Amino acid sequence: MKYRLNGSTVFAVFNKVFLILLGILCIAPIVNTLAISFSSASAVAMGKVRFFPSDFSLDAYKFIATRPEFLRSLGVAVIRVLVGSALQMLVTFISAYPLSRENRDFSMRTFYVWFFMFTILFSGGIVPLYMQVKSLHMLDTMMVLVLPTALAVFNIVLMINFFRGLPRELDESFRIDGAGHWTILWRLYFPLSLPAFATILLLAMVGHWNSWFDGMIFMNQTENYPLATYLRSIIVSFDFSNVRSEDAALLASISPRTTKSAQIILATLPILCVYPFLQRYFVSGLVLGSVKG
Amino acid sequence: MRALHLKSRFRHELPYHLFLIPGIILAVLFCYIPMMGIVMAFQNFSVFKGWLAGPWVGMDNFQYIISMPRFGQVMYNTIYISILKIVFSLIVPIVVALLLNEMHGQKLKRVLQTAMYLPYFLSWVVLGGIILDVLSLEGVINSLIQAFGGEPVGFLSSNRLFPGVLVTTEVWKNFGFNTIIYMAALTSINPDLYEAAMIDGASRWRQIWHVTLPGIRPTIILLATLSLGNVLNAGFEQVFMLLNPLVVDSGDILDTLVYRLAFNQAQYSVATAVGLFKSMVSGVLISVSYYMAYKFADYRIF
Repeated sequence: MKYRLNGSTVFAVFNKVFLILLGILCIAPIVNTLAISFSSASAVAMGKVRFFPSDFSLDAYKFIATRPEFLRSLGVAVIRVLVGSALQMLVTFISAYPLSRENRDFSMRTFYVWFFMFTILFSGGIVPLYMQVKSLHMLDTMMVLVLPTALAVFNIVLMINFFRGLPRELDESFRIDGAGHWTILWRLYFPLSLPAFATILLLAMVGHWNSWFDGMIFMNQTENYPLATYLRSIIVSFDFSNVRSEDAALLASISPRTTKSAQIILATLPILCVYPFLQRYFVSGLVLGSVKG
Repeated sequence: MRALHLKSRFRHELPYHLFLIPGIILAVLFCYIPMMGIVMAFQNFSVFKGWLAGPWVGMDNFQYIISMPRFGQVMYNTIYISILKIVFSLIVPIVVALLLNEMHGQKLKRVLQTAMYLPYFLSWVVLGGIILDVLSLEGVINSLIQAFGGEPVGFLSSNRLFPGVLVTTEVWKNFGFNTIIYMAALTSINPDLYEAAMIDGASRWRQIWHVTLPGIRPTIILLATLSLGNVLNAGFEQVFMLLNPLVVDSGDILDTLVYRLAFNQAQYSVATAVGLFKSMVSGVLISVSYYMAYKFADYRIF
């Protein structure tokens, strides 16, 4: 798409400046929060902190490191990400395989497709789900965080579309050699679908890390909160009333704003770590494939 | 003969059924049984009798909803906020993708895209926490406004500004992602078309109008029709994070109403009824949007 026209330099400069400003604007709020988390409470209170830390201080992070609630919810979040993503990937993978077959190969395929699609179109709403979870005695258990999310119909659709793009001949040659479904699935489909698998896995992990609403309604005990839910509870209300007295010196140099910011940054860190991978797989492969159908 | 055929067919297909068992169990437990739970909307929930055994009350819960003084306002807020979100979420990515496409320098383009869709991967808890701080009276935006001699603005406490805050922050989170989709569509336009247009003496604007926009039209139609299903989805997680008592008149939406009815006031049956109403309308809208996407953009989900 190389085309140039005369007299377009003004536009080109204006356009570039505008887009750079827009890009900065997108991450500026995050940079501001980062700066607040590394500043002292007094500098923040005086409104001195914009995009660079003022009166640099690690006290907010030191304070968080002593908070058992933060570490405990971090633990819940890590378990949830590992177990939840593994379960979701397993269900996605083994469900997508039969659903990606031809109708003449699997005569009930259409029925099952509609069976799963209907769960996207219609839902009972949050109250019946809550009642069902309650009657299954899953409130306050890890199960409620990893089981309902294990069935991710949109990810199954992505996987189906990927499987359908694989060459049929490979499949047939495996069959002629007498391979069963398990062999075809793990020896053929799994290695071939690694890019799609990695993308969906990353999405599943990010989804589990970010998810907070289920933790909030299904967990009555705050010690069962995953990190995102815990984070929400401190963002909405934070008080220092139950802080131990030996923290007094530290308390003078922190404020709800600096500690909230520090915890927001800590919760964002894992996403930033996987972001380069997300970007690579996501942009190159999946988005294009799924949109072109 | 036919029996034998069925038998071998069954044996051939049995593994497929087995593969689907975990998914089916999960769908039944967490989707289909809760779907049957909508009967709660026609019952009067009782804690003692269990969740499907309350006395039947017909349409009482729905009549109660309609008689709620808030309900009209909540419906209005929901539709108003979601339509603004749909419109801006559609237009902004197209404009940004077109501008990025006009810009030279591959490296800068990639850096900018990376910055633009970072918020997409962050949760509303994180973004909500950031927004609550940045837009607060002591936040960085008001500190900048004051530095330039302005009066501090209560972004999160003014009913006039709150819907705008919701729409702007929604676009902030999501526009980078849709921009990528449009960028992908742009790269698939045949460069010869631009050359031909140039030979015909088309200016840059005419090239955009006659080559670029028609080139991405299928993508625009697809994303527009698919967003139709969201008319009653004003974005629960975002609104729930940012809503406060001062802006409840302009920011209360169906989903926050359901949440409050159920988990703050324990009016489970009424909450289910509101949820059922929303679910039915949304279900129809999503079906229509998929049908239209299939009809106009040849989009097939399976």
